[in-house]
Amino acid sequence: MLLNQFLILGAVLFCIGVYGVLARKNAVMVLMSIELMLNAVNINMVAFGFQHEVVSGQVFALFIIAVAAAEVGVGLAIVLLLYRNQTSIDVEDFDLMKG
Amino acid sequence: MWMLENAFLIPLIPALSFAVILFFGKRFIGADRVHVIGITAVSLIWVLSLVAAFQWTQRVEHPSPDAIAQISADGHGDDHADDGDDHADDGDDHADDGDDHAGAAMDSESGHGGGHSSVLISPVVTTYSKWWSNGGVDFAVGTHVDGLTVLLLVVVASISLLVHIYSTEYVKGDRRYVHYYAFLSLFTAAMLFFVMAQNIVQLVVGWELVGVCSFGLIGHWWEEKPNTDAALKAFLTNRVGDIGLLVGMIVLWGTFGTFSIDGINAAISASPGTQHLALLVAACCLMAAVASKSGQFPLHTWLPDAMAGPTPVSALIHAATMVVAGVYMIARLYPVFYDGFSIGTSSINLMALIGGFTALMGAGLAFAQWDIKKVLAYSTVSQLGYMVMALGVGAWTAAIFHLFTHAFFKACLFLGAGSVSHAAHHTFDMRKMGGLKKFMPQTYWTFVIATLALSGIFPFAGFWSKDEILLGAKVGQQNGYPLMLIFGCAVAFMTAAYMTRVVWYTFHGEYRGHGHPHESPKVMTVPLWILAGMAVVGGAFNLPGPVLEPFGLEGLAHRVQTYAEPSVYLSGLGLSHPDPSLSMALIGLGLALSGIIVTYLYFWRKMGPHGLTERNKYAKAGYTFLENKYYLDYLYNDIIVASIKKPIANGANWFNQNVLDKAVNTAGESARDSGRWIYKWIDQGAIDGSVNAAARGADASGEGLRTIQSGKVQNYGQLLFGAAAVLAIVFVIVI
Amino acid sequence: MVAQNIAFGIISGIVVFSALRMVTTRNIVHSALFLVAVLAGLSGQYVLLAAEFVATTQVLVYIGAVMVLFLFGIMLTKAPIGKSMEMTGTQWPIAAGVALMLGAVILYSLIDQFGSDRLTEGGKIYRTADVGDEVFSTYIIPFEAISVLLLAALIGAIVLARKD
Repeated sequence: MLLNQFLILGAVLFCIGVYGVLARKNAVMVLMSIELMLNAVNINMVAFGFQHEVVSGQVFALFIIAVAAAEVGVGLAIVLLLYRNQTSIDVEDFDLMKG
Repeated sequence: MWMLENAFLIPLIPALSFAVILFFGKRFIGADRVHVIGITAVSLIWVLSLVAAFQWTQRVEHPSPDAIAQISADGHGDDHADDGDDHADDGDDHADDGDDHAGAAMDSESGHGGGHSSVLISPVVTTYSKWWSNGGVDFAVGTHVDGLTVLLLVVVASISLLVHIYSTEYVKGDRRYVHYYAFLSLFTAAMLFFVMAQNIVQLVVGWELVGVCSFGLIGHWWEEKPNTDAALKAFLTNRVGDIGLLVGMIVLWGTFGTFSIDGINAAISASPGTQHLALLVAACCLMAAVASKSGQFPLHTWLPDAMAGPTPVSALIHAATMVVAGVYMIARLYPVFYDGFSIGTSSINLMALIGGFTALMGAGLAFAQWDIKKVLAYSTVSQLGYMVMALGVGAWTAAIFHLFTHAFFKACLFLGAGSVSHAAHHTFDMRKMGGLKKFMPQTYWTFVIATLALSGIFPFAGFWSKDEILLGAKVGQQNGYPLMLIFGCAVAFMTAAYMTRVVWYTFHGEYRGHGHPHESPKVMTVPLWILAGMAVVGGAFNLPGPVLEPFGLEGLAHRVQTYAEPSVYLSGLGLSHPDPSLSMALIGLGLALSGIIVTYLYFWRKMGPHGLTERNKYAKAGYTFLENKYYLDYLYNDIIVASIKKPIANGANWFNQNVLDKAVNTAGESARDSGRWIYKWIDQGAIDGSVNAAARGADASGEGLRTIQSGKVQNYGQLLFGAAAVLAIVFVIVI
Repeated sequence: MVAQNIAFGIISGIVVFSALRMVTTRNIVHSALFLVAVLAGLSGQYVLLAAEFVATTQVLVYIGAVMVLFLFGIMLTKAPIGKSMEMTGTQWPIAAGVALMLGAVILYSLIDQFGSDRLTEGGKIYRTADVGDEVFSTYIIPFEAISVLLLAALIGAIVLARKD
């Protein structure tokens, strides 16, 4: 097996995730796309760990999973709050971030 | 030597007390009884620190072979890096720093003829298993106990104990009694942790911890806005200095590759002058930290405001212990400053200058204050400046000795002020006091004793320590510091004068307040008397030899010097001590006495130009200048902060309004205008259509640019990722 | 090695297909289910890389917990379930362009850098016990920090989402 197999798989998933974050309208789907990006990174971690025969790769993959879990929790809470205040979770409806 | 090796117990006990008070205080012990825990813990550490001090004196007087720093020339290769042993490694690890410089020390000593200790005792460094390791760098945790440490231990524990006892009455029935005692315990723990830090990382941790406690206690009554403001001011001013502290510590680590204080000091004193530039940078950075924590010019402005906290806290933190953290750090890392500022060879340097100037400035400010605590606060600023100046001129022992004596009489003054305020309806305004002598004789007499000690009147404690500082400034190491001597003498005179003013306004004349003042209860006066007693006899700990000779007690001379100084690295620098000088002592005493007499004549006998500040415009201008604290607060708040804060906000707004919007608008408009111009003037027939198209295109591009700032997260995300991709492409192509 | 390559190929195909469908489907619940497929596939890839504990955790945490959270999120925000024309924004061409540009540069760099590096064969395999040892010795402080982070996230999520 080539190292690049895994790295390219990760890269492709990452780009799909980027597309999802940028193109999807539903905030929950944006969050799901972020999960996709995080998983793409995880593949790289584990693949490089395997390549260099160190356990740190796996450990960091685990840490990333933990942080991702925290991120989803807070992210969904924020989405819920948005929904309650604006009755919409379409990210295109939110355009307050301008001067 | 058990206590020295297990010194970690000393900060641990108040830390536990903090936890117990905080978590169980209200529920299980009762909110009004939590002081029992605090007092028990602090009494315990008071005993332990006395034991530690005693064991240290034993170590100095009957040194075991492994305690003596060997002065033979072997084992140069030892780099003193901390190897994270699990056990006590006192002695051999740093036994060889003295080397060739010890000889130089002996030579210079004979030149001055002072009592330089000939036996060099290495500090007891205990390293526990490494704390954590990161990127191949090990961070150890441990204790570093030597004469300086035990001296600070005794000072902190004693004053903390007395303040704990005093507070039971002073803050009785306070709405946050539990919180108050918890913070007192935490502060004591943090300070003790700080003074026995084994490495500079611990030093930083302790430094920040005492800062947090100071913040919490200044803002103890946070319901009132000025108190929270003062707490924030103290905290933020200290943050300014902390940047210096961190940078300085990083420079030290980068230069010597070790965090161990012992290792750094030993490395410098083993080869002085080789790292001068790095040490100069480190010393300047650390000086900023000292300026913030120890209230040196120009970062002293938080200290007087810190008097918003409860008075016992002012006594403990803002007079006796925490504010000397900066002075302590200089003393602890003295080789860094000694080498960095060339203290031995120069006759003026940054540290001496800052210290001397602060001493003078603080004393000047103390004249124009009406709040008794603020007078004492400026007096503290001034005295801390004195200590820093002493360190700046190379008078290490004198500075430490002054730290020791000052802690007691300044705590006494503050607690005295607290007692006065307790009696006189919680005011600190001296204009509402006066004539309190007959109401509260105990407070009066202790206050007077402490005043005499602070003024430096023979034979009180302050006299001996101040005399040593003046002497140190006069003689210096290789050159004298004439400017510092002048500063010191002026401050001696001014100190006596402004303290006499305080005594006059507070205790003499007619009572100007309302109600009936009364003497404070015993639980407050007994600590006062103990502190006053220390203010009387504190000087005995470092009496010069000639004074004791007639009594046949020469052996007891220079106790502080004997016990605090004989650490290896100081002798590696070749520190020397000037001979005791009668003339210098007489000059210092004369200045202090004349300060008292002039003020006495002015107030008691109504002599001299009264009302000068009302009549003479120059005097009035000077008084206003002093009353406004040299306008430093205005400089910081209105000029520096405002000039930074407002332009940034305005600038961002202006940039947004004028540059971004206008660029988009003008791009569109000018293109449109030019299109119209062309349409109108050049050709309406042949190229009509293309001109129209161009104008429309420009219009559309203006509109397009406008839409970039859409406020939608996804658009920004597109720009972000797109820009990142473009940058990545550029990198790939270029590299 | 051939078997592993075949397995990699099949799983990768599923993963990439599911990922693409996930970001293009018009049904949000389908999207979530495609994400499950992606995560499960990645779990398989971890097994191929001899990372058994990560694979298990992936299934437990992601498929077990995070996906449930997502489904709850979809439910609570009353997103239109079923086909919806407007799940993709109007600016999707820009997004696609950005993603493609990013993908191109990453792929080019990867091929340029790691061209035909082979994975170490017969190297040391780290079992669950080894990972556990490492987490609780070298990485104990990050581990504790993560615990605190999770607690903070827990409290933060409750504070944000509760009604009052």
